[in-house]
Amino acid sequence: MNPISHSPLSIPQQAYSTELQHHLFGRQLLAAEIPFSLDVLETHIEQGYVAKTFGIELDHCIRCGNQDKQLFYTFPCAICRQLCTYCRSCIMMGRVSECTPLYTWTGPAYDFHVPKSVMNWSGTLSEGQQTASDRVKQVILHQEELLVWAVCGAGKTEVLFAGIEAGLLAGKRICIATPRTDVVLELAPRLKKAFPFIEVAALYGGSDDRHKLAPLTVATIHQLFRFKEAFDAMIIDEVDAFPYSMDPSLHYAVQKAKKQTAATIYLTATPSRQMKKQYRSGKLQAVTIPARYHRQPIPVPEMKWCGNWAKQFQQKKIPRPVQAWVNERLQSKTPILLFFPSIAVMETARPLFQNLPAVYAEHPSRKERVQALRDGELQGLLTTTILERGVTIERLEVAVIGAEHEVFTESALVQIAGRVGRSFAYPTGSITFFHYGKSKAMVEAIRHITSMNEEARKRGLLDG
Amino acid sequence: MGFSMANCYICYEKMRKPITWTSLFLRQPKSRICSNCEAKFAWISGETCAICSRELDESFRREQLCLDCLRWENNPEWAGYLTKNVSLFHYNDFLKELIAKYKYRGDYALAEVLAPFMKECLQQLEYDLITVIPLSKDRLQERGFNQAQALLDILQINSTELLTRIHTEKQSKKSRQERINLPQIFRVTSRTAIQGKSVVIVDDIYTTGSTVRHAAKALKLAGAEKIETMTIAR
Repeated sequence: MNPISHSPLSIPQQAYSTELQHHLFGRQLLAAEIPFSLDVLETHIEQGYVAKTFGIELDHCIRCGNQDKQLFYTFPCAICRQLCTYCRSCIMMGRVSECTPLYTWTGPAYDFHVPKSVMNWSGTLSEGQQTASDRVKQVILHQEELLVWAVCGAGKTEVLFAGIEAGLLAGKRICIATPRTDVVLELAPRLKKAFPFIEVAALYGGSDDRHKLAPLTVATIHQLFRFKEAFDAMIIDEVDAFPYSMDPSLHYAVQKAKKQTAATIYLTATPSRQMKKQYRSGKLQAVTIPARYHRQPIPVPEMKWCGNWAKQFQQKKIPRPVQAWVNERLQSKTPILLFFPSIAVMETARPLFQNLPAVYAEHPSRKERVQALRDGELQGLLTTTILERGVTIERLEVAVIGAEHEVFTESALVQIAGRVGRSFAYPTGSITFFHYGKSKAMVEAIRHITSMNEEARKRGLLDG
Repeated sequence: MGFSMANCYICYEKMRKPITWTSLFLRQPKSRICSNCEAKFAWISGETCAICSRELDESFRREQLCLDCLRWENNPEWAGYLTKNVSLFHYNDFLKELIAKYKYRGDYALAEVLAPFMKECLQQLEYDLITVIPLSKDRLQERGFNQAQALLDILQINSTELLTRIHTEKQSKKSRQERINLPQIFRVTSRTAIQGKSVVIVDDIYTTGSTVRHAAKALKLAGAEKIETMTIAR
């Protein structure tokens, strides 16, 4: 035989590129995302190690699940020399069209070589956390489905540790997915610290770990579009947070990225109506953590009528009850957040609140301003619902202005109220819903918090 | 009368455009984008360079030319090939993102957003032949379409393939000096077709002007009479 022959037939039956396996295992990728030549891919396809499918099938996008006709476009394609339809929904990840192949690994499973000891965490759990932690562990080991309904400030992350440990030791690949990049950035270092003996991949738009193959992955839900049947356990944090709750293609991403038999755990303080219904009818198992780690009840919001706030702001006046609330806190040097229903209303009101800057989603100095409030350099901030989650500031008190507005759903109001009284040192504080006519969401948010407090008291999870 | 509900091609938000008698019967061209997005396009206006249509800034002009064009025109290698370039918009962050999505992500649909802006301007130009800056074969095979050709196709303007690329390296990775000093990068497909003709060349962006000047030079040396270029951004 000619020794310099490179014919594909000279590759022995079981041989495959371990680098390609490493790159493609559990993934579904475009050729452009795979640093191997098309020849290498084709050879692996012939040998059955790799499979390819075309990106658009019938009426949906294979990568992102998009079925909205308005988000497809047909163009004269120079690649297939035909009129070719592509998906505009996931175009930012590179075009998927009818003639675009998506590659998956179908060869032997990758062995993560998980060591005998994976965790280094010795914190203690509250009684409520312990109950939830035991359930999470069972669910991961038995591949079940569970809703963890934990109040804001309950300490949800620690509840996952024992289950993750047990899952990793049982050879399971685990993913924590969240709609928000902030949450990935906050979780990744905590997980790396708790699980120092294994690789932890943190995936979000532009992250360095893009190609990292790890037994534990924390990712934005968007990144899951690049996975297929990868995970034995899928934990979805802040399951109700925008945009996951809004965007059906993100739901598709979760379903595609996990194995069909995978355990699924939903974490949230504010489950959607649909989820609560499934829980009450027994279709979805749930465990609740109705009390905070510090064993004090969650402060209950107060409703206060403030007249036609929209009109008053337009007349360059602050509604009197709001003015009084703000003044009192400025005098006592209490940090405050004022929530507004929209950027437009906030911008009309902003000149009236001297020394209080504003933040919103696309604001360039959003992070710096929140930090300044935390450090006591700022007395307060005006904000849209963008700060409803993930902000912890000692002694913080909040007011919602125009609380009856439709953007303030029950879950938004519960999350906003959840910003107050989070620390051991200052477990109380006031939350006021300023309104021009109560909404159902306001009443339900207050009922939600009261009933969590009642349940916590019944289960003996509160002091005093 | 109600509203037509379509989504904006740029921000994907629902557009609520009132249906009026005029919109019903005069069949005005349907806009693909919402007024919010439309407002982000920054038209080039005011006094502009007589050659490249850059807005003239006191510190960067001599009479009717910007200093860049003056430098080109003072160089005997380059003087006189490009008669005029017309660009529509400033290449601001919004347009950078839009063109990147169009060209690099391959979102052909955005040709429908960009092309209508060119229509009026193209009607005002007088020319015998219209063509585009070509992509290399590899690049075309990778992207699936030529971003300038797609604009003309959307407008249903008949164009002629007059140029092919000799050089395949990416322009955007080179400095101005490197680009200017490049050897010829375009080959003319048919000398007979262009003898004594006025030609318009369309491209997406005018950055240093080196691409369009290379194309203009190739066509003119091969016998074309007058070369004008048009780009979306500069």
